[in-house]
Amino acid sequence: MSVDLATLEICDAREAVEAVREANARNAPLALVGGGTKRRLGRHAPQERELSTRALAGVTLYEPEELVLSARAGTPLREIEELLDAHDQQLAFEPMDYATLYGDTAKGATIGGAIAVNASGPRRIKAGAARDHLLGFHCVTGRGEIVKSGGRVMKNVTGYDLSKLVCGSYGTLALLTEVTLKALPKAETEQTLMVLGLDEAQSVAALRRASGTPNEVSSFAMLPAGAPPLGLAGHTALLRIEGPEISVVTRRDALAASLVTNGERFETLPEAQSRALWRAVRDAAPVACRPGPIWRLSVAPTDGFEAVEALRRAGAPILAHFYDWAGGLVWLGLDDAPDAHAAAVRAAVNALGGHAALIRASEDIRRRVDVFHPQPAPLAALTRRVKESFDPAHVLERGRMREDF
Amino acid sequence: MLIMPAPEPEILSRRDELIARLRDILPAPNLIVDETARRAYECDAFTMYRALPLVVALPETVAQVSAILSLAAEMNVKIVPRGAGTSLSGGSMPLEDGILLGMSKFNRVLEIDYENRCARVQPGVQNLAISRAVEGRGFYYAPDPSSQIACSIGGNVAENAGGVHCLKYGLTTNNILGLEVVLMGGEVIRLGGKHLDSEAYDLLGLMTGSEGLLGVVTEVAVRILQKPAVARGLLVGFQSVAAGARFVGAVIARGIIPGGMEMMDQKTIHAVERFQPCGYPRDAEAIVIVELDGAQAEVDHLVGVVENIARAEGATSTKISHSEAERLQFWAGRKNAFPAVSCIKPDYLCMDGTIPRARLPEVLEGMDEIAKREGLQVANVFHAGDGNLHPLILYDASVPGDVERAERVGFDILRLCVAVGGVLTGEHGVGVEKRDLMGEMFNEADLEQQLRVKCAFDSMNRLNPGKVFPTLHRCAEFGMMHVSGGKTAFPDLPRF
Repeated sequence: MSVDLATLEICDAREAVEAVREANARNAPLALVGGGTKRRLGRHAPQERELSTRALAGVTLYEPEELVLSARAGTPLREIEELLDAHDQQLAFEPMDYATLYGDTAKGATIGGAIAVNASGPRRIKAGAARDHLLGFHCVTGRGEIVKSGGRVMKNVTGYDLSKLVCGSYGTLALLTEVTLKALPKAETEQTLMVLGLDEAQSVAALRRASGTPNEVSSFAMLPAGAPPLGLAGHTALLRIEGPEISVVTRRDALAASLVTNGERFETLPEAQSRALWRAVRDAAPVACRPGPIWRLSVAPTDGFEAVEALRRAGAPILAHFYDWAGGLVWLGLDDAPDAHAAAVRAAVNALGGHAALIRASEDIRRRVDVFHPQPAPLAALTRRVKESFDPAHVLERGRMREDF
Repeated sequence: MLIMPAPEPEILSRRDELIARLRDILPAPNLIVDETARRAYECDAFTMYRALPLVVALPETVAQVSAILSLAAEMNVKIVPRGAGTSLSGGSMPLEDGILLGMSKFNRVLEIDYENRCARVQPGVQNLAISRAVEGRGFYYAPDPSSQIACSIGGNVAENAGGVHCLKYGLTTNNILGLEVVLMGGEVIRLGGKHLDSEAYDLLGLMTGSEGLLGVVTEVAVRILQKPAVARGLLVGFQSVAAGARFVGAVIARGIIPGGMEMMDQKTIHAVERFQPCGYPRDAEAIVIVELDGAQAEVDHLVGVVENIARAEGATSTKISHSEAERLQFWAGRKNAFPAVSCIKPDYLCMDGTIPRARLPEVLEGMDEIAKREGLQVANVFHAGDGNLHPLILYDASVPGDVERAERVGFDILRLCVAVGGVLTGEHGVGVEKRDLMGEMFNEADLEQQLRVKCAFDSMNRLNPGKVFPTLHRCAEFGMMHVSGGKTAFPDLPRF
């Protein structure tokens, strides 16, 4: 089903207030959109109109020595990354580019969108997710009120940490108008240690063993045999090591020495290939090229392989998969099915603890199947009360996260 | 002067009934009714204000916590959760008409899961005890508030505690994975677990730093980290605080994030050297202690780089630790700074604001002026890397008017922090101490949204009321905001 969307381009927070108040008065919900790269993420719940932040763009503050950057929500992520790069800094949470998954490379993601989905990449274990880098924000709530929270300094416990709430709220609480982020220095260089010649269980275990050494590995992924972008014949554990050149080399050697058991081989990807590899891992490239539904499972690192095994035992047709976050993040590409195999995936995760999100599926499936993990009743009720504290009439992204709000 | 909400006569009049019903939930030794025994709980580490709790309950099980909260909700009685009582902002200051819920008996480490780099502990476990429990395998828990030998992890979650290592390793919020929480109605919910990131709204992040106003934490899953292979320190002296501040900025601008970066002014240096000499340069106007940690080769390399930056920024002295004993010696003075300044004046008020680091010289100058105006002195110790200041306002409580003068200086200092783009509290919390300053940072709409979030958790405002927010609202006042044409949208939705 396609819906003709009327787009309201807002230039400032006051215009957003008017739009949201009018939406409340007419009970006419709004979709919130920046670059539009994530419209196929979350439940399929088209709204009559969308509020676009494209005109609400621009970096408003950047003080490299203070490690702080503020930008209006519609600022293209690429613009921010280029600015930071020019000062040898970065958004350490490595926001994912969803274009690879949705086959839509023309659009550019915005910083507001990255925060709204709490984007995070392969550096998650060491550097944190978007939630860990958002110092403060300005927004317009679903009540049509301008509200700010947090600040621009690194340490701040003044009032509730509403930054955590808006990260990952998919626009259901408020329209972000400006965000303030922690920037971090870029590593001088990086290499990736590849551990080859092990079976799948051993390869994932190697990631966990690496995470228990003091070698400050910053990313831990495992690609099954044949998976792009490497396309190697065997399973490959991948360990990213970042820092000053001298440190990277000595840590890589120490890490390899600590991982030797028997039968494995070690190879090293130099800087350029390493950077390209982790961009591909960040964007879920190893599963993206296959058609069909894609799931993202977040579990304890020891449970990632268990979840995949449980699905195999249950007969789920896994077409592609890979592990990130030392085994705690599993990307799964499955064969088509009317429920995208939701029952099997959820059963596997529920037995272990954690959550599963349906990242790619048809509109029809996303309307019918819980895209985000179901919650126990008391938590679901609390979540809904929190939603209503920002947006009592459910005018923002109605139905995007949960059918009932 | 701080004004707490007047005790509600209705609650006071039902104390006997409340105690009788608490006796059904808790064994006798876990209920403190006697006035003398209750006195032990009349304040936390913010000792300026005290109140005698109505009754002190010391539950041992989640079922007991749940039953107590259900009872409190049913009888409309206030609850103040308390960990080890080390809050510096009065976050666990009791209420005369409230149950003080002491969590000290929740003191067990439940599970250490090295493979998943995670430990599950009860909230009464001390911060340092977590590191002690895992150090045998080379792990530790990173956030290290100065009170870590005494403070509890539950209290750390409530206050989002920080410490020296925050710049590199983050605050409590960046180092916890899961919580079990009892809500005001007695419902038990679990947030997070051993996995990363939330499946919905990040209520784990919201709970962290909520100062006991949203729920009672009964279990915490923390991340444990592998100890860095090596740590080395630099002790650098400067002719002025401004030069020290420039040095700190230059280190970060070079792309180096030290494990810790602490600064002290001359008043503190001298106090420390009198209290327990540890070789700080007495002629320096400011010293900066830098700790670099990580792989040996990296640390050795960076020590050289930082030393060169120090020289370039005009350091008057530079010492580098060549042994663990030397490194600890550098820190010994910093760790003793608070007791040391007590030798200048018998009392001090420790403030806690954060500022954009570049504004440090002007803020320090402004603080001196504020203090002089009231005839007091300020000594300074701060987490220089992240701009978190701890001005110590020196006073003598036996001098009439000194307490009030110290409070006025403290408030004006925090106003100054906000005025330059900073915040009221970097790690101690708002509590009762800074409650009435919230309006300096937030406008009415900002505060009302925070209060609405509070209402989503605790619609009767029974959990730790009188803290954090300057005015008390009833949640019903917020429920009527969106009446359109005489009807609320979704009239069938249950409202709180």
